[in-house]
Amino acid sequence: MAATATLATATEPGGAEPPAKRRLALLRSGKALTGVLIFGSFVLLAVIGPYIAPDDPSKTGGPVLQSPSADHLLGTTQSGQDVLSQILVGARTSMLVGFVAATFATALAVLIGVTAGYLGGWADEALSMLTNIFLVIPALPLTIVLTGYLKDGGWFPIAVVISVTGWAFGARLLRAQTLSLRNRDYIKAARAVGERPWRIITVELVPNLGAIIISGFLFTFIFAILTEASLSFLGLGSLTTWSWGTTLYWAQNSSAFTTGSWWWYVPPGLCIALVGASLSLINFGADELLNPRLSPAARRAKRKERRAAAAAAAAGKDGVR
Amino acid sequence: MTQVRFLFRRIAFYAVTAWAAITMNFLIPRLMPGSPADTVLSRFKGQVSQAQVDAVKAQLGVSDKSLMSQYWTYWDNLLHGDLGVSVSYFPGRVSEVIGQGVWWTVVLIGVATLVSFVAGTLLGVLAAWKRGSRLDALLPVTTFFSAVPYFWIALVSLSVFGVELGWFPITGGYRPELQVGWSGEFISSALSHSVLPALTIIVSSIAGWLLGMRNMMLTTISEDYVLVAEAKGLRSRRVMLGYAARNALLPNISGFALSLGFIVSGSIVTETVFSYPGIGFLLFNAVLNNDYPLMQGIFLIITLMVLLANLIVDLCYVLLDPRIRQEG
Repeated sequence: MAATATLATATEPGGAEPPAKRRLALLRSGKALTGVLIFGSFVLLAVIGPYIAPDDPSKTGGPVLQSPSADHLLGTTQSGQDVLSQILVGARTSMLVGFVAATFATALAVLIGVTAGYLGGWADEALSMLTNIFLVIPALPLTIVLTGYLKDGGWFPIAVVISVTGWAFGARLLRAQTLSLRNRDYIKAARAVGERPWRIITVELVPNLGAIIISGFLFTFIFAILTEASLSFLGLGSLTTWSWGTTLYWAQNSSAFTTGSWWWYVPPGLCIALVGASLSLINFGADELLNPRLSPAARRAKRKERRAAAAAAAAGKDGVR
Repeated sequence: MTQVRFLFRRIAFYAVTAWAAITMNFLIPRLMPGSPADTVLSRFKGQVSQAQVDAVKAQLGVSDKSLMSQYWTYWDNLLHGDLGVSVSYFPGRVSEVIGQGVWWTVVLIGVATLVSFVAGTLLGVLAAWKRGSRLDALLPVTTFFSAVPYFWIALVSLSVFGVELGWFPITGGYRPELQVGWSGEFISSALSHSVLPALTIIVSSIAGWLLGMRNMMLTTISEDYVLVAEAKGLRSRRVMLGYAARNALLPNISGFALSLGFIVSGSIVTETVFSYPGIGFLLFNAVLNNDYPLMQGIFLIITLMVLLANLIVDLCYVLLDPRIRQEG
């Protein structure tokens, strides 16, 4: 696989640049900056949302099914609840589930992926098998079945279940990268001076896997928010706490979609989509940084060079290397 | 020889995965808190014989027997195609209930995934070949769509195309007054009912193929053999499809395995939105009605079908990649 091999060398972290400079470079990419800004504002919303909500999201009795107005910026639901308040309060639950699930899943991925890659042999075979099994088994049906037994437990068990079904992708990436790191000189040196495996993994390996760990974390974050929204939308999540999925569930239940009450169902869906898109943008930015072939500037240069070479070759000169 | 070994390894892997899924299916009701058997039995009250009560108890892990002997009984039943009795469709058997829904799902997901894969891959080829052109606008649009939950696209397309414009029916799999069968009327009704669910799956999953293919194409485009092909003066189309795209295709196919689970997950929710009579909608109803036997049966069937689809993809891979055949 020549193509994948070049890709792998290109994405290896840790170039000559110091980490601080690379971090700044990430923000110089327009995509990543947009992503960071959008994501940052949603994190802010998750923190302050419940405090700035104009109303109690569950309070009924206001005007029914109002389109957006000065009193209710995003209109009201069929039972007169304020949609904006539901979005603001729901932001915290949705983001919290994403954060907690992504944290647990990333921890599992690091534990299993790095251990498998570093130890090799039978441990690797067994852990890789486990990873691949969890990769192939479709996640949502498993999550649905598991939460089917955990009804009415609030958001926390849902986050745990999502992390159990969502760690495998990160573990696979981390194992591959660990395999390529474990025979580097500095790891060999650490082994030669008698450092224990556990210390080598935590002190030498994990810091150098940072980029992949973060990108895995972001992917799991999207996955978790989408899964929580799906579960809540299906009415399988916790209906006592507000999340974006819960708002969509009630909208669907009261046929907001067939009566054209767009202000009820468009905002929560848009919020989920914006968080997801912002995380994808951050990941793209990071990809372009780590894989120069994908960056727009490098592509333009390459294209120019290639055109010149092709023109030279077509003219009968020795343009082809 | 080597491709036989490759296939053998893959089949062994899927066999182990199937075993793991089946065993998980056995353990979940026994390890989870609460007592699903009581819920099920309270709904059966007065309708069932003692033998059936015992069967439900055995299935959901309320038993005096050891775990090992329960496990044997479970396998024995499974190999006889017996997945127990459904609660919500009582006295229907789980295997019959699933049998009615499974074909709707297979056809819907199968066709939608195929269309999405072919269209996404082709668009990815074009986006890479004509990068810098207006096609670059596809990227942010598809990124956005891939981040939107499936069910939201389903709901929006339902409200726009189904309700506002009234182009397509919004619920069910066919007109309820029709008989299921091979009549022209039934087929055309089923087709028009499947348009919106299929569209949802295609719109949500196309971005993955597009982006994957585009990124692989960017790698192959800078290879020397593409340069040589261009220098030889071959037509641009031929270089694009026959040289660059051909070599970029394989990783996209192997990515299929990873995304299939995701597509199946999205389809479950999509089916629910449209009340489409497939197993996703059945699973949703099973959870709502605490129908644990049906829930477990559907999880098992979905997993086994995904494994089967993966095996088929692996077979295609062997046919397409000469390196597996020659080296290993």
